[in-house]
Amino acid sequence: MMKISLKNLPELYSFIAKKNDLYLPIFKAGQVDFAKWDKDAIVDLNKLKTTKSAKDVFFPQSQDLVRFEVDGKKISIDEPIMPTNKQVIFGVKACDNRSFELLDMAFVEDYPDTFYEMRRANTTIVTLACAKPDEACFCKAYGIDAADPKGDVSTWIVDGYLHWMPNTDKGIELTTEVKDFFELDMDNSAVENQQSEIRAIIDRLPYSNIDLSKFTPDKLLELFNSPKWKALSEACLGCGTCTFVCPTCQCYDVKDFKTKTGVQRFKCWDSCMFADFTKCAHGNTRPSQMQRYRQRFMHKLVYFPSNHDGVYSCVGCGRCVQKCPQMLNIVKVIKTLGEDK
Amino acid sequence: MRKEPLIPGIGVVTDIRRDTPDVKTFRVVGLDGKKPFEHIPGQCAFLSMPGIGEALFSITSSPTNTEYMEFSIKKCGCVTEWLHQIEVGQQITIRGPYGNGFPVETDFKGKDLVFIAGGIGLAPLRSIINYVRDKRENYGKVTIIYGSRSDDDLVDYEEIKNEWVNEPDFSVYLTIDRETPTWDGHVGFVPNYVKEVGLDNTATAVLCGPPIMIKFTLANLQELGFKTNQIFTTLELKMKCAIGKCGRCNVGDKYVCKDGPVFRCDQLNELPNEY
Repeated sequence: MMKISLKNLPELYSFIAKKNDLYLPIFKAGQVDFAKWDKDAIVDLNKLKTTKSAKDVFFPQSQDLVRFEVDGKKISIDEPIMPTNKQVIFGVKACDNRSFELLDMAFVEDYPDTFYEMRRANTTIVTLACAKPDEACFCKAYGIDAADPKGDVSTWIVDGYLHWMPNTDKGIELTTEVKDFFELDMDNSAVENQQSEIRAIIDRLPYSNIDLSKFTPDKLLELFNSPKWKALSEACLGCGTCTFVCPTCQCYDVKDFKTKTGVQRFKCWDSCMFADFTKCAHGNTRPSQMQRYRQRFMHKLVYFPSNHDGVYSCVGCGRCVQKCPQMLNIVKVIKTLGEDK
Repeated sequence: MRKEPLIPGIGVVTDIRRDTPDVKTFRVVGLDGKKPFEHIPGQCAFLSMPGIGEALFSITSSPTNTEYMEFSIKKCGCVTEWLHQIEVGQQITIRGPYGNGFPVETDFKGKDLVFIAGGIGLAPLRSIINYVRDKRENYGKVTIIYGSRSDDDLVDYEEIKNEWVNEPDFSVYLTIDRETPTWDGHVGFVPNYVKEVGLDNTATAVLCGPPIMIKFTLANLQELGFKTNQIFTTLELKMKCAIGKCGRCNVGDKYVCKDGPVFRCDQLNELPNEY
């Protein structure tokens, strides 16, 4: 393992940013989100959770697909601009790191999304252990260890130092490039002590042992037809906040934008919570907010596992728990539907 | 580099036929003048005009047509309104094929087939009906029951009355919802007609049409002794990607775009009733 004094981090950032687009949790307009670093950026590695998840780095809120030119009856397609920049995302927590694996299942299996795939291939992930998980966190329920997040490089902040440990070839490559900024760290005890503290905190968190055992693909119809969805969803405003802060929400729209010289087709985040999401010329398959609400949670807890070897499409980051204006969230759904009878 | 699935190719509309007051059939080839891609009956393609939008359509021509692809399109939304006002020579974008298609080389082989369609629901069935005509030795007797609001609304009427009715071992039954002065054929709704034509309940049935027609036809077929595993239908839901990612077209854990659009009714019965 290696370590670097926290006060030397700006030099490290500056060095990494010479060759890479460097993404860090940056304070801007009242909140901390992953954003491209520059020397004036206010980095906040202490923030437990960025407001939005880290998924933008691979699945940007808006992604240009292709540009068309239209001339009378003729259409021409410009060569798409692919994301070739090398990227480093620094400070990713265990939950968000796990979300990348889930997004891989959604975007890379069958008909791979080439934009996503290229960004994944070009990006080195530096994870950071969560020193103080909060009461909305329930990553443990999904078998995620916030004390030992396995990115390409794992890091821990203890007593004024960032401890650094590469895990993969990409991580070793980055480590080789930046090793001059670090000192050797032969004593693992600081990190190990912190890990024990983190795990002790997590064991005491209210949702850590939430029971997911009722959510299995063979219960699909039983769960779908549960009368409990009505009361659960009644207060839902359909604002879509949960889907926009969620690290695993993957729904998108494909839209055209007329520019001065042509048409730009782009892909952008969408939300299954929006009323017109499934509306088309012959009707709407999910016309009520109850149906849309049910769709979101059934997807995460039943449909996704059914299609991906039982893996839930939730990482327990707790963002929806904290951000829903009506205090509706996946924990409430798990508890209500997971109860006996 | 792998091709991004959402990026389309360019097609050229080489013929436009007006089928009914609100349905036109568009013939499409690639820029090289050849069929844009191979498909199997029941599969779909995304057509678009940049700046207007992109929409999914079933491919109505048979795969045995080696020269071009056809799409029968009803005017009912932004993209279809635009398509209805274009002229021959117009370029559009096209990507596909998407979906599973009908099991023409497996489950359907050697079977007697009953095709039941309502209105524009004939579009995906025309692909398989013409496929069966071209591979006649592989399939048994064919019965077609097709209905629409009026005789003006029968899609592809010329081909039906000039070709399908003359095909050996083909029985074609046409019906319209309400009497018109120009129609001397059967009048009545498709689900009722299904019970009147004397279907053999050992055949395989394929349905496509408006949800209300599907619902009642399904019930009547079961009354005639058809089992749900003998009945196939094809669904259509809102889609943006057609590759199982945009999140719109799922029915339970199945995506209509890639697991469908063709479903066997017993499989459909195991899914949530949300389609």
